[in-house]
Amino acid sequence: MKIYDVIIIGAGVVGTAIGRELSRYKLDTALLEKETELAFGVSKSNSGIIHPGTQNPPGSLKGRLCVQGNILTRKISMELGVDFKETGELIVAFTEEEKLRLYGLKKEGESLGVPRLEIVDSSWLRKNEPNLNKEAIAALFAPTAGIISPYRLVYDLSENAARNGVELFTETKVEAIEKKEYFEISTSMGVFRARFLINAAGLFADDVSGMLGIDDFKITPRKGEEFLLDKKKEYLANHLIFPLPARTSKGVLVIKTADGNPIIGPTAEDIEDKDDLSTTDEGLKKVLADAKKLIPSIDERDIIAYFAGLRPVSGNDFIIRHEEKAPGFINVAGIQSPGLTAAPAIALMARDLLKENGLALKKKLMFHSHRKKTIHLFAAPIKKARALIKKDPGYGDIVCRCEMVSAKEVEGAVDRGAKTMDGIKFRTRAQAGRCHGSFCTTRLMKILSEKTNTPLKEITKRGRGSEIVKKDRGDD
Amino acid sequence: MIERDLVIVGAGPGGMGAAISAHENGVKDIFLLERDQYLGGILNQCIHTGFGIDYFKEVLTGPEYADRFIKKINAIPEIEISARSFVTHLTKDKVLTYFKPGKIETVKAKCLIMATGCREKTREMTHIAGTRPSGIFSAGLAQKLINIEGLLPGNEVVIVGSGDIGLIMARRFTLEGAKVKAVIEIQDKTRGLLRNVVQCVTDFDIPLYFNHKILKIFGKDRVTGVSVAKVDSCMREVAGTEFKIDCDTVLISVGLIPENELIEMAGVRIDKKTNCPVSDETNKTSIPGLFVCGNAFKVYDLADSVSKDSELAGKLAAEYLRSAG
Ligand SMILES: Cc1cc2nc3c(=O)[nH]c(=O)nc-3n(C[C@H](O)[C@H](O)[C@H](O)COP(=O)(O)OP(=O)(O)OC[C@H]3O[C@@H](n4cnc5c(N)ncnc54)[C@H](O)[C@@H]3O)c2cc1C
Repeated sequence: MKIYDVIIIGAGVVGTAIGRELSRYKLDTALLEKETELAFGVSKSNSGIIHPGTQNPPGSLKGRLCVQGNILTRKISMELGVDFKETGELIVAFTEEEKLRLYGLKKEGESLGVPRLEIVDSSWLRKNEPNLNKEAIAALFAPTAGIISPYRLVYDLSENAARNGVELFTETKVEAIEKKEYFEISTSMGVFRARFLINAAGLFADDVSGMLGIDDFKITPRKGEEFLLDKKKEYLANHLIFPLPARTSKGVLVIKTADGNPIIGPTAEDIEDKDDLSTTDEGLKKVLADAKKLIPSIDERDIIAYFAGLRPVSGNDFIIRHEEKAPGFINVAGIQSPGLTAAPAIALMARDLLKENGLALKKKLMFHSHRKKTIHLFAAPIKKARALIKKDPGYGDIVCRCEMVSAKEVEGAVDRGAKTMDGIKFRTRAQAGRCHGSFCTTRLMKILSEKTNTPLKEITKRGRGSEIVKKDRGDD
Repeated sequence: MIERDLVIVGAGPGGMGAAISAHENGVKDIFLLERDQYLGGILNQCIHTGFGIDYFKEVLTGPEYADRFIKKINAIPEIEISARSFVTHLTKDKVLTYFKPGKIETVKAKCLIMATGCREKTREMTHIAGTRPSGIFSAGLAQKLINIEGLLPGNEVVIVGSGDIGLIMARRFTLEGAKVKAVIEIQDKTRGLLRNVVQCVTDFDIPLYFNHKILKIFGKDRVTGVSVAKVDSCMREVAGTEFKIDCDTVLISVGLIPENELIEMAGVRIDKKTNCPVSDETNKTSIPGLFVCGNAFKVYDLADSVSKDSELAGKLAAEYLRSAG
């Protein structure tokens, strides 16, 4: 049986960032993921903000990795062809007392190394953020904040990792681990062996760690409900808009996204159930009320979608450490916000921990650092679209009319690994618009069915148990 | 850039009716754009009867109703059809950009009729709380899955809203062997036609709950149930009346929204509440020579009413072209 140098458990943004980093070296690396596709855990449902590093306690690990991650993400997004946009963020104050707190935040941010922080006054706000509540008197402006598509980042990281030799296994749930001469990892797909093991299992990192007897931390899900607005509202705000942070979260924000649809949210509520992704009437009420305090013109009727995500929280900081009790085992746990931002910095830290604990890192002669940018018609100017269609008529065959997605893009998504309807949605945006797939579902099912040689009735939303239909009458 | 006298977007009953009427009123150059491969629009999936009673004094199915217009259109050489043509941009000067397999075209319309129909309101627009598993469909999507694709979306169904498509689908699911466990309507009366309530729900002993509201959808991978409660006259939940219904499928039939994103892009004034063009006369908009007809102008209950509306639109277009020279 093959013995891997490193196995990573969990293919969210953290696991795939680590995988991609390790793919630079002469190592046999594998990523094990329990879901049908990558990025189906915490990494699919978040705000997509590349934070500048503010709102983190000075001296915290998450603060340091966030500042570093913000810089690294720019390079990675360029190499992988993922759109990163620097939008800047504003933390808005409405009273003199709040304004004083801005100075405190600025100082804390500067001590973490957040660059170019600036307090702006109400006339600046009026000019640069015309829809903002007129009662705002000042804001902390962090120009290095940006946005990215979280799932496309994961898919592109994993694609590039795979190109550089990392093996990906989906529907592979780790069920037990034993440390013998090697780590013996029993999964739903059989046993894997590895010399080093990284736990990046997100919400379930405590369960995985517990399999090796290390149970001194517990992951508590902190639910965040978020509401997406119609793309027509793309220019509601020019920056990411934050209130002053609350104790357990950054508060309800008005967020620009890589897809164009603004998001309002998230809530922050500690819950028990790691599977509870339900949204609530209370959540909606709170988010609307809080968001309207920032931008009063936000209208309930603009909401076209919503979701809940669970932040994997354990205490106030990330837990990233080598476990002496199980040499070769590295926990990367409690990756709450800003985990998306910090992921590339976490990857470097994990790499260094591997090295310190005896893994020899030798650079490959040939590392493919770049991947070809995925084409999205909705982002292409008409001239470019025309050239694309000329080259391949499939780009002119529009499947999803709300988001302008062509058959060619959907086929490309399946070629690059989409196996489910959600996988297609996250990669291409088909079904993500205002009609919610009412018009394109059947066509997408057919493309998926044909390309993957799967009967229509076995097409799922997000893996086994979530089949779209119950019966094909053709089978009667 | 090519200029056409009359461009019509959408070849459902609205667009087809407008094309025929414009021709009858003397328009000689008509260009009909349809994103689908076939003409007929949503009628093609409405295989039930009840169409044409008003307009043709006959009882027809949706495809039969559409076919009457398709035959007529095919016999008129002055109407040029461009199928699989998806309009993506519209300017206030009535310049349209559309995608076709293999190319992007632009065309300038002297006069334009938009007959883009409706989309269905979604679960999200009604803000139903709970989870997002598979098994939640708009009624129209379920209809397409069953009638066009031959796929049965679910076995135990709860229908939210008593819109006509929802009512029709209650019967359709029952005939397909599925169990429709309830139709939940928040108002004290149906939104749909009375005949549909009788023929599609009452006749099949399907429980219809008026003054009730769906609170939550349950299920992780697939829907497992919904919770429902009574509402008072202000649509507020009445405490203590909540109950659960087990089901694997939720159908949303809570109304239609006119698809007017293109004319909005062109700067036509839109009523934010209804998504209809702001207008003081049928089919007219705030841009002269840009008309809207059929369900895009106003949500009609019957295809027959759309056909009547489209006759007027064709006439208005002809008048506009005459006066514009
Ligand atoms: C509402 C919300 C908003 C947020 N906004 C932001 C933001 O704007 N910016 C930001 O920087 N951060 C944000 N975050 C935080 C960010 O989303 C997370 O920190 C990050 O996604 C965590 O990634 P991960 O890879 O650790 O976890 P995950 O993505 O959950 O990956 C873990 C993976 O492990 C798999 N797994 C678990 N157990 C097993 C097992 N036994 N066997 C095999 N596989 C297993 C899971 O299926 C999962 O795919 C937000 C979080 C939430 C909830």
